Amino acid sequence: MKILTGNDLKTGDVIWWAGDTRWSRHLADSIDAGDEAEAILKREEAALRVNVPYIVDGKQTDQGPMPLHIKERIRAFGPTVRTDLAINTSIPIVKA
Amino acid sequence: MYQYDQYDQAMVDARVAEFRDQVRRRLDGSLPEEEFRHLRLKNGLYLQLHAYMLRVAIPYGTLNFRQMHMLGHIARKYDKGYGHFTTRQNIQYNWIKLEDAPDILAELATVEMHAIQTSGNCIRNISSDQFAGAAADEIADPRPWAELLRQWSTFHPEFQLLPRKFKIAVIASPNDRAAMRLHDIGIELVKNADGVLGARFFVGGGMGRTPMIAPMIREWVPIEELISYAEACLRVYNRYGRRDNKYKARIKILIHELGADEYRRQVEEEFAHMKTLGLNPPAAELERISAFFRDPPFEQGLSDDIDRSDPDFAVWVDQNTHPHRVPGYASVTISLKPAGGIPGDATAEQIDLMAELARDYAFDELRVTHAQNIVLAHVRKADLYAIWHKLDAAGLATANLDLIGDMIACPGLDYCSLANARSIPVAQKISERFADTGRQRELGELKLKISGCINACGHHHAGHIGILGVDKKGLENYQLLLGGSAAEDVSLAKIVGPGFDEDGIVNAVETVTNVYLGARQQGERFVDTYRRIGMEPFKEALYG
Repeated sequence: MKILTGNDLKTGDVIWWAGDTRWSRHLADSIDAGDEAEAILKREEAALRVNVPYIVDGKQTDQGPMPLHIKERIRAFGPTVRTDLAINTSIPIVKA
Repeated sequence: MYQYDQYDQAMVDARVAEFRDQVRRRLDGSLPEEEFRHLRLKNGLYLQLHAYMLRVAIPYGTLNFRQMHMLGHIARKYDKGYGHFTTRQNIQYNWIKLEDAPDILAELATVEMHAIQTSGNCIRNISSDQFAGAAADEIADPRPWAELLRQWSTFHPEFQLLPRKFKIAVIASPNDRAAMRLHDIGIELVKNADGVLGARFFVGGGMGRTPMIAPMIREWVPIEELISYAEACLRVYNRYGRRDNKYKARIKILIHELGADEYRRQVEEEFAHMKTLGLNPPAAELERISAFFRDPPFEQGLSDDIDRSDPDFAVWVDQNTHPHRVPGYASVTISLKPAGGIPGDATAEQIDLMAELARDYAFDELRVTHAQNIVLAHVRKADLYAIWHKLDAAGLATANLDLIGDMIACPGLDYCSLANARSIPVAQKISERFADTGRQRELGELKLKISGCINACGHHHAGHIGILGVDKKGLENYQLLLGGSAAEDVSLAKIVGPGFDEDGIVNAVETVTNVYLGARQQGERFVDTYRRIGMEPFKEALYG
């Protein structure tokens, strides 16, 4: 699946595309952008709803959408060395 | 320490106002990211893995109570209650909001601080010896020259768009505590047979993907011509540096391709021209700057005796204090490497405490070291016990300076968008494995340095033991390197063999320390034994 991500312009928070014009702080809300990924990115960036967006390869898992690469999983859940700052510590980040 | 004059303050204030307007235009959409990016980077604002990251400049790592206290305030008010001290003697915050950035810079400006020269292809923050002005082994105080270089380099119109970033270090001791020869320009202040001060220039060093030790380009530059010679070095680089290829754009590549002799010839030609331009700073300006670095009011006739009846305190004194040139005083290194901790991180409360200790015991001055620790440069030995008690209560009294627990680690993949692997968890596991201070002291001086990618912010090439994190088919993998040094015995570490996973690299470090313990001769450090016996015994133990 194609997951869209970027940062919130004002806060810098990591955000995930959740359909239409919605962006969420939670990876679990993300949906497959499929063949529309590039077009959605251009539209959303132009509307300032996301900053520096890009496409991430992912897969559906029992825990919901999950990026294939560890870097994106760390982005999604927070630093592995500061679990007190994690966004959702119930989901493992290192091993998808 | 140096205090801003009206021009310094006006420049910093103007930059804050300018950036505030740029952020406003970015937020309302009139300034697109591709135009805004280099503007925010010129103000130290990166977009990292989780948020914006702000890197604040600490010129030659020196700051006072008010400045350190401000760093704690920013951590508390604008970040998540902590900051990370870096290998460039700066501090960075990992959770900054773009909309807050102008206010942060405005607050920094009230204490003569900023984030200029912490990013981009300019001359970066000047670094120096953390014991400058205090060390018993220095031949002069390098700080006035570091400050002169700061003033020369900040907003230098010719050097704002260099082929690549450019790092300068200045030291004045035969013992290199600033990784001087791993800089684009390393300047060593020296005295000739007549006792006259001059500068020795090493140019073209660096780490990163192509590590190189800077060759000596000029053995003696008259001290009053230091700026002219530095400018000549930069001019040749600015003219011929490889702007066509980012990975070959550092000055080390230019000098490697030209050869040191040809580069030297071109610099000499440029230097001869520079001499006709009258660019050397006037003596009055040098005197004005030097006046800020005069000795604090040291007490005379103090005893060097220390009550060592508390064994934990005695170990800390032995490990974390450095000889001072004034009797009765010592320089204290506060380790930011507790067992299992994150190297270089400090909470707002710890930052405040260190600021207060500087105000109360150390003539209102702190230093950040390139090894991610904090120094109180001028402390009465009679005050050491009181300081140690306060540090201990705050988790800051780890007695591991220059031991295996005192490792350098970059933020790695936990924070950095460039990283390929995490550095901090590896550092933590090694730190826990060697948590016993007695075991660390048995190993002796051992510089362990970890980078999460080839860019080498964790100085892995310069570690007695170095670790480089790589991405191996989507999995973190760690290469082990041996034999590097950033000190006066500078050398580049070599890769031992195939990499390891996270647990494997921790075991590998323990294995090579065991080889060392079995082979070392009297007085040998890890790196000395490695240099004597070579790579093979270590490789044999690791791979069979």
